[in-house]
Amino acid sequence: MELYVDIKKKLPGFTLDVNFKASTDVLGLLGASGAGKSMTLRCIAGLEKPDKGRIVLNERILFDSEQGINLPSRRRKIGFLFQNYALFPNMTVEDNIGLALETIPREQRRAIIRQKIVMNKLEGLEKRYPFQLSGGQQQRVALARALAVEPEALLLDEPFSALDEHLRSHIIKELLDSLSDYHGVTVFVTHNIEEAYRISRKLVVLADGKVEAEGTKEEMFMKPPTLAAAQLTGYKNFSAANYTSSHELNAVDWGVSLRVAGEVDQEVRQVGIRAHFIKLASGTDTDNVFQCWPVSTSEAPFRITVYLSLTKMALNPDDYHLQWEMSQERWMELKDRQLPWLICLNPEKLITILK
Amino acid sequence: MSIDFSPLWISIKTASTATVLVFLLGIAAAWLLTGYRGKLKGLIDSILTLPLVLPPTVVGFFLLVLLGRNSPIGQLLNSLGTQIIFSWSATVVAASVVAFPLMYKTARGAFEQIDINIINAARTLGVPEWKIFWKITIPLAWPGIAAGTVLAFARALGEFGATLMVAGNIPGKTQTIPVAIFFEAEGGETGRAFVWVILIFIISLVVMTLMNYWTEYQRKNMPSVWRN
Repeated sequence: MELYVDIKKKLPGFTLDVNFKASTDVLGLLGASGAGKSMTLRCIAGLEKPDKGRIVLNERILFDSEQGINLPSRRRKIGFLFQNYALFPNMTVEDNIGLALETIPREQRRAIIRQKIVMNKLEGLEKRYPFQLSGGQQQRVALARALAVEPEALLLDEPFSALDEHLRSHIIKELLDSLSDYHGVTVFVTHNIEEAYRISRKLVVLADGKVEAEGTKEEMFMKPPTLAAAQLTGYKNFSAANYTSSHELNAVDWGVSLRVAGEVDQEVRQVGIRAHFIKLASGTDTDNVFQCWPVSTSEAPFRITVYLSLTKMALNPDDYHLQWEMSQERWMELKDRQLPWLICLNPEKLITILK
Repeated sequence: MSIDFSPLWISIKTASTATVLVFLLGIAAAWLLTGYRGKLKGLIDSILTLPLVLPPTVVGFFLLVLLGRNSPIGQLLNSLGTQIIFSWSATVVAASVVAFPLMYKTARGAFEQIDINIINAARTLGVPEWKIFWKITIPLAWPGIAAGTVLAFARALGEFGATLMVAGNIPGKTQTIPVAIFFEAEGGETGRAFVWVILIFIISLVVMTLMNYWTEYQRKNMPSVWRN
């Protein structure tokens, strides 16, 4: 089971130029909005036509600009889960699932519909219309419908973006359960870091229509190879960096010299750290401990982001070096401490980026 | 006051036949143009809509030129021993051309309102295009198509100018109610004209009202079509 994609398509504002392989491990396409994620999926499904390239699914050529091959969507055997589910509003749940099965003998068709209804926990909803279903139920119908025709690949286009926050986590779990029985190629598109991490095994990071980085999700999250990949996987703090010695670099924007855990590459360009990896230091006897002053804060219900200035008192609220994220409890303990505070940028937690 | 009721039957026959024609042609044109992405889209749309804005006499004039005895079509029909001009079919042609844009415009509006992802979802499932059209596109566009049909019927029933030019005023053959009203009023038969006016008023009102109630009934009983 393998999907090979290598396509180019000129679009207003940017050129999509992506190349990757996907297999039965769920592949996540992570990128900011407008990076070309959805367009990539639509090209694979045959809903859009690339200008150039090749798309091959299990040795079947779906698209090849040189050979002039462009299979229509209906012959590609690719299931597509749309952002808004795109259920047929004039049909009941069972008719939605069964529409594409009408060439199959009646008894067999009913058995398939029944099986999909049970598998996706839709019992009792067979005769309902899409507008009578909740968001989660609609999604299960969409998935049942897509899987009923036994597609060789399943493409999911931001399947959770239309759901309320409190439902999302539950529905992600349900989707993972349903997908565990599916043995085809799965490609999942999102701009949400948490979803990408929970659902995919491998990640392809897209930026401006190009593949920025790819690898296992652990690699992408712990050692993102590029600045865009680091930003997309949630790193908040970056500084331009220069090589000084095999274990030290100069963080230009932060105005400090940093020790890092591994060997420093001479070509190092950036250094970065996640906002919640910054720790309060008890003394100056460990590596990478610096004085800092809070510039401003930004509160979420349970977390708080403190904007820090290193080594000087900042006057302008935009004049900060680091974002430090912590729980509200931690902030309560911290906020009345005497200034300057001491923070530690743990060498193990720093990432270095070459481009 | 004795009245020859033939204009009533001619009008209803003409409007019904024209509505059937326009229903099929209007939907076909709307569907083809909804899917068409070429540069000529704007021009084609304008041409198809033109009969709505042109004076009916202009439409009538064009039809005379197109179908008249000296035109290629007229000569062809003549060699087959028949003709359209000043026959009952001419009333149908005139009514159809004038009513067509109403059907076409409303149907196209209805098609364009359909979420393209719904159609795309059917495509990725492997459903053939003709089946998508009958099972999804038409049902989803149905309220618009129904409205267009009623408007087209009402317009066909009321057609006067083009009909007079291409079909004339032959009692019992091409004389429709609107034409009859004109000639009765011209001839000073105000009473008879008044009867026809009341009649066409009632027919139009009844048809439109029935359609409105039917739409409302469907809205209640087939809610899925209206809520997405």
